[in-house]
Amino acid sequence: MPKRIETVVLHDSSTPVLGDIQKAGNVVVTSIDTLLNQARANSLWPLTFGLACCAIEMMATVASRFDLARFGSEAFRATPRQADVMIIAGRLSKKMAPVLRQIYDQMPEPKWVISMGACASSGGVYNNYAIVQGADQVVPVDVYVPGCPPSPDALIYAVLKLQDKIKKTKFNKIIEITPRNVANEMPVEVLA
Amino acid sequence: MSVSLWKHVAKPILSGFGITARRLGAKKVTVQYPEERREQFPRTRWRHFLTRYDSGLEKCIGCSLCAGACPARCINVVSAENTDSERYSPGERYATRYEINMIRCIFCGYCQDACPTGAIVLRKNFELADYKREDFIYTKEMLLESFPGEADAPWVGKYEVAKK
Repeated sequence: MPKRIETVVLHDSSTPVLGDIQKAGNVVVTSIDTLLNQARANSLWPLTFGLACCAIEMMATVASRFDLARFGSEAFRATPRQADVMIIAGRLSKKMAPVLRQIYDQMPEPKWVISMGACASSGGVYNNYAIVQGADQVVPVDVYVPGCPPSPDALIYAVLKLQDKIKKTKFNKIIEITPRNVANEMPVEVLA
Repeated sequence: MSVSLWKHVAKPILSGFGITARRLGAKKVTVQYPEERREQFPRTRWRHFLTRYDSGLEKCIGCSLCAGACPARCINVVSAENTDSERYSPGERYATRYEINMIRCIFCGYCQDACPTGAIVLRKNFELADYKREDFIYTKEMLLESFPGEADAPWVGKYEVAKK
C-alpha cells in the first residue's frame, strides 16, 4: 500500500505534489500513468479567467513572441467545460469569489489551477476588505506565480512547473486522494 | 448581384498568400523560452538578494527601512546588536531575521531605493513559481548571497542548469 503523508494543508491542491505519496510499485497501470500524464500535461487548455492587469500578460503569453502553443496550451477556452487549467489572472474580489468557485466546480476532472500574480496568490498590496487574500481560500491552487504582473516568461515557467507536476502524478492514486472532502471545501456563501 | 470569381475569390486568397510568402523569410519573433531566454533589461526587478561587502560582511544593518517603504508590507526584519565576538555587519546592528513574502511582493523596488547601504537588490531571476505557499517565505539564508558579487553574476535558469 502507498504510504500517504498525513499532514493535510488546507490550501494545498487536491492533486498530490511530488513527495506526498511515497513511491509504490505498480506493474499493471504504470505505462497508462505515463501515457495519460503525457497526454494531460502536453495539452493543458487554460480557462480564460482574466480578472485584472495580469490578464494582459496572460494574453501576451499566448501571442507570437512567447507562444504558449509550444506547450500545447494555446487553446484558451471560454467555457469551463472544455478547460483543464484555470489561470486566475488578477486580483480576486470577494464578489467574484463565488463566481470563481462555481466556474471551478464546472470544470471537468482532472483540473488544475495556476494562481498568477501577487494579488491572486496572496492579495498583494490590496490588503483590504474587498479582495480575497489569496485565491487558495476559494479553490485549491497548484502553482503560484509571484510577480506584479509576472512576465510571460514567468508564466511559461509556471506552466512548465505544472507540467512537471502532472507528469509525476500517479493515476490510480488520485482516485483515493480526491474524493470530495466536504470539510475542506469552503462554503462560498460566507464570502458573498 | 454577381460575384466576380477573380475579384472576390481568387484575388483576395492570392493576396493573402502573398503576405504569407513575404513573411516566410522574416526573422522568427518567438523566444524559445526554456532553452533560451530573452535578454532582460538592465534594471529588471525580480528576485531579491541580500548582498555582502568584499570582506564577506553583510551589508544589511537591520534598519527596517525596506520594511517601512514596502507598499505590500511583505518584509519582516528583526535586528540585533553586533558584538566583537559575533560580527555580521560593519555597523552597530545586523538583521537576525530577514524574511520576504515573495508571493505578496510586487517587485516595485522601493526596498532597493530605501536601503541606505545597498544591501537589498533585485536581480533578474524570474523563475520563482512554486507549488506550495509556505515555500514563498524567503528567509535570510535564501536571500543572502553565498559570496560577494553572487547577485551580479549572470543568472542561469533552472532549465539551463538541467541541460548542462
